[in-house]
Amino acid sequence: MPSLLSAVSQAFSMIVSLDSYLLSVVGVSLKVSGMALLISVPVSALVASLLGLGRFPGRNLLRTLVNTGMGVPSVIVGLVVLLLLSRSGPFGGLGLLWTPTAMVISQCVLITPLITGVMLSAVVGVDRAISEAAHALGASRLQRVLTVIREARFGFLTAVLAGFGRAISEVGSVLLVGGNIVFPNGVSYTRTLTTAIVVETRKGQFETALALGIVLIVIVLSLNLVASRLQRRGTL
Amino acid sequence: MRPMKRVVVLAVCLWGLFSLGQVAWGVGELVISTTTSVYDTGLLDLLNAVFGERFGVPVKVIAVGTGAALRLAREGNVDLVLVHAREAEDEFLRGGWGINRRDVMYNDFVLVGPPDDPAGIGGLESVVEALRRIAERGARFLSRGDDSGTHKREISLWEVAGVTPSAPWYMESGKGQGDNLVQASLMGAYTLTDRGTFISLRERLELLVLVEGPLNGGDPLLMNPYGVIAVNPAVYPDRNYVMAMAYIGFLTSPEGQRIIGEFRVHGERLFVPMALSREPRFEQYVPQDWRR
Repeated sequence: MPSLLSAVSQAFSMIVSLDSYLLSVVGVSLKVSGMALLISVPVSALVASLLGLGRFPGRNLLRTLVNTGMGVPSVIVGLVVLLLLSRSGPFGGLGLLWTPTAMVISQCVLITPLITGVMLSAVVGVDRAISEAAHALGASRLQRVLTVIREARFGFLTAVLAGFGRAISEVGSVLLVGGNIVFPNGVSYTRTLTTAIVVETRKGQFETALALGIVLIVIVLSLNLVASRLQRRGTL
Repeated sequence: MRPMKRVVVLAVCLWGLFSLGQVAWGVGELVISTTTSVYDTGLLDLLNAVFGERFGVPVKVIAVGTGAALRLAREGNVDLVLVHAREAEDEFLRGGWGINRRDVMYNDFVLVGPPDDPAGIGGLESVVEALRRIAERGARFLSRGDDSGTHKREISLWEVAGVTPSAPWYMESGKGQGDNLVQASLMGAYTLTDRGTFISLRERLELLVLVEGPLNGGDPLLMNPYGVIAVNPAVYPDRNYVMAMAYIGFLTSPEGQRIIGEFRVHGERLFVPMALSREPRFEQYVPQDWRR
């Protein structure tokens, strides 16, 4: 069995030497998860605000659906997207299977409920008095909503981080719809950090797999550090 | 909210940076579905680099089990399959999904197990006899259980042995070959594996080859031939049939066959090329029981 130490040193040397395979794999990971996040966050913010502040029939059912969506396994999402994008499936003509776009689509489906759910609880958690005070000060409906969202911004940030965390650490759906493709020159097309870990483990390259895992953790960690700094400095 | 704006600008810049790295590839591309047992050895990286340079076409490889590889082809998601389960290949041909099958190469399966060999099968020449003994002694056997080529072969070997594997000694992992070997090693179980994956993982496993395949003069029942089949352009006209045929041509050419034959992992030969033959071998083109 490999030693953790040799994995750490390999991870370090891969990062320091800017290993081109590693860079392209990290690039695909960040690109796909980042794009999924850019699409999901506005949608989630809108849905969470509507569900949290709006009053309309079916609201509770929708909330239940959002909460259920948070627990759907990524493999199931990947399988459904695979069948939809498959050449003989309904959207096969688009030729999107085995592309980063297909990965973005499945990650959007995967993380939107999660981000919405966390944002929703942040919106609901805002003290009613704040909204009422805004009303008393003569704020319009839209201004009241914006006030509440402003109050809930830390919760929103947590939601974004949780969404990014789930997206970049997810392996089931990107493996299925992306195909884990790398070109013979070592440039990744649809191989992410997580699917690269799967391949290396299967090949018995446990140190490399662990090293990639360490890189993944470092990325998520630095993002969270930046976020918590933003929070503490109150610049957000 | 101004810092928020900055974050957005930063995100867009990063996005642009990563997009730069992804220059559009030329007109065509070739998508292959194949088995993890071939892909994980690294042979295809070697072949695809030469092919890609020669024909100016990027080759994309989807590595899954044989069952999944054929299914992806049936749904029109790849141009070509390279797999190792003749009966499943024949069904694929009979269904009209694939055409122009060729034999490419073979390697072999080996029966591996824990060094203390509780069923006493070490050195047996017949894999069928070994399986019977494992069943009689009720020694642990870990099957992949994933409809892969190796799994299909294992099932047919149990059938030949006239044994129905049963609980509690027979277990399925549902994993790929490498993961399954690691698990078998940890469990002290017997398992069937292709030689290539076993060799690349050997140092990390507490498993020994107990019944040899034909590559080392062992049981011919453990022969593991690989076939290549193009997806039928009459079914999926927009698949890259021309490049698929070029790829089949390349694999079965003297050059492709030489690359396959010279390929080594840890100094060991993993595949024996079998496409070149002075005598016609018609059986490779049609299902095995095909009659006019």
